[in-house]
Amino acid sequence: MTDVHIIGAGIHPFGRHPAMTGLDQGVFAVREALADAGVVWADMQFAFGGSAAAGSADAALPRLGLTGVQFINISNGCATGGSSMLSGYWAIKSGEFDIGVVLGFDKHPRGAFNADPEASGLPRWYGETGMMLTTQFFAMKIRRYMELYGISETSLGRVAVKAYENGVRAPHAWRREPVDLDTVLNSQMLSDPLTKFMFCSPAEGGVAMVLASDKKMRELGLTGPKVRGAAVRTRPRGSFEVFAPSLDVERGVAPTVLASEAAYAMAGVGPQDIDVAQIQDTESGAEIMHMAENGFCADGEQEAWLADGVTSLGGRLPVNTDGGCLACGEPIGASGLRQVYENVQQLRGRAEARQVPDAKLAYSQVYGAPGLSAVAILEA
Amino acid sequence: MSVAVADGVFVERADGVRLIAGRSRDDGEMRFPMPSGADAALYDPVELAPVGKLWSYTVQRFRPKTPPYIGADDDKNFVPFALGYVEFAGQVIAEGRILIDDPSTLKIGLPMRVAIEAFPTSTRGDVATYAFRPA
Repeated sequence: MTDVHIIGAGIHPFGRHPAMTGLDQGVFAVREALADAGVVWADMQFAFGGSAAAGSADAALPRLGLTGVQFINISNGCATGGSSMLSGYWAIKSGEFDIGVVLGFDKHPRGAFNADPEASGLPRWYGETGMMLTTQFFAMKIRRYMELYGISETSLGRVAVKAYENGVRAPHAWRREPVDLDTVLNSQMLSDPLTKFMFCSPAEGGVAMVLASDKKMRELGLTGPKVRGAAVRTRPRGSFEVFAPSLDVERGVAPTVLASEAAYAMAGVGPQDIDVAQIQDTESGAEIMHMAENGFCADGEQEAWLADGVTSLGGRLPVNTDGGCLACGEPIGASGLRQVYENVQQLRGRAEARQVPDAKLAYSQVYGAPGLSAVAILEA
Repeated sequence: MSVAVADGVFVERADGVRLIAGRSRDDGEMRFPMPSGADAALYDPVELAPVGKLWSYTVQRFRPKTPPYIGADDDKNFVPFALGYVEFAGQVIAEGRILIDDPSTLKIGLPMRVAIEAFPTSTRGDVATYAFRPA
């Protein structure tokens, strides 16, 4: 079977862009990705794309070119971008296609995401009485984790400080000012133990990638990181997810554990082989728990890792080198692809002030509602 | 007493308020609330114990968005409230609002009793909902 490579990557900077629609930012990213690879839209044999709140991705077609290309809209919650990536990977891996585009974009209003109980299969009273907020879930998951594994509030703060430090070095990040530990810890408490600076915000942005088979890449005289493993997994029984009025007494693992194990198995590598990682940091606690769920450390080791700077730039395993969701914000449809974009930059040696020296193997993981996780492992 | 937030969510017994969960006829899995609609036929209603232990918790510090929230408060007079999960041994872990004056006294493992809370709404006056308070 053929290998799948990423031969072009484009991004529209994340943040707030009042003059642009979400679709504008998606189209921008596709044009950047095509230009990066030196190919044109008419060369594309397929496209997979999606947004959560900014309309159908195939609305980009009149602007990119009505070439008759097969375009499939993807809608898979917070893993929409990761799912587009995986779909493109399969399309080429199957031997059916040689080259195509995956894209994701979004544009959300300010503040917490609106939630509709009935759309999530929940009783109305759950939302009516104030229990349907993603922020509460994140707070309660990390609260229990802190108690079980001895994680301090200082560690929550250190994750955020690292994110904003890295964001300063990433041109596509939204928040590009450093924030010190005291400011993070003493900012407005939103959902105990998580403060305002420990949460990411809904944002806007667009990301696109040109994928190609090994053969097509050589024909075009191009190079690009190889997709070694890619997997999406949904919540197993006993996991703790957003919008759950009840949980099983018998506890199970998170969907991230399943997606991670599947991707490592496909790639034939383990967590100890990874040089740089982008993992879901909807808030500080999520990054801490995902460090363990993705196999990088044991539960509780994060406390020492963060104190020692293991996951900072210059550390043994830099995590969220572009500042992650905390510094970039979270446009749902684009967020997972932003992680892949950052890994492509790292593996191509284009990450400038945030470059991880000699990065060969890069890992990304996006998690989201209603309980799914997407992992991709790339090799330089 | 005001009307219940919904039918079949909780019931008052001699020994206290009990939440009504559902047990799967297929594999014994329990979920709260008892499923409604087409799935109800697949579950048997089960009353949870009146007391459990706090499994995790947080404090909602800003007013939730409307919709879906229907609290009678507004952004100016909103009072933060605690909420959390309570583990009912051998049954299920259920989420609910918590009645407590000082949330800083909450601690995982704390015994919690199911109570009824008069919840003021902007649409239906006061409704009776379930909540947890330290036992």
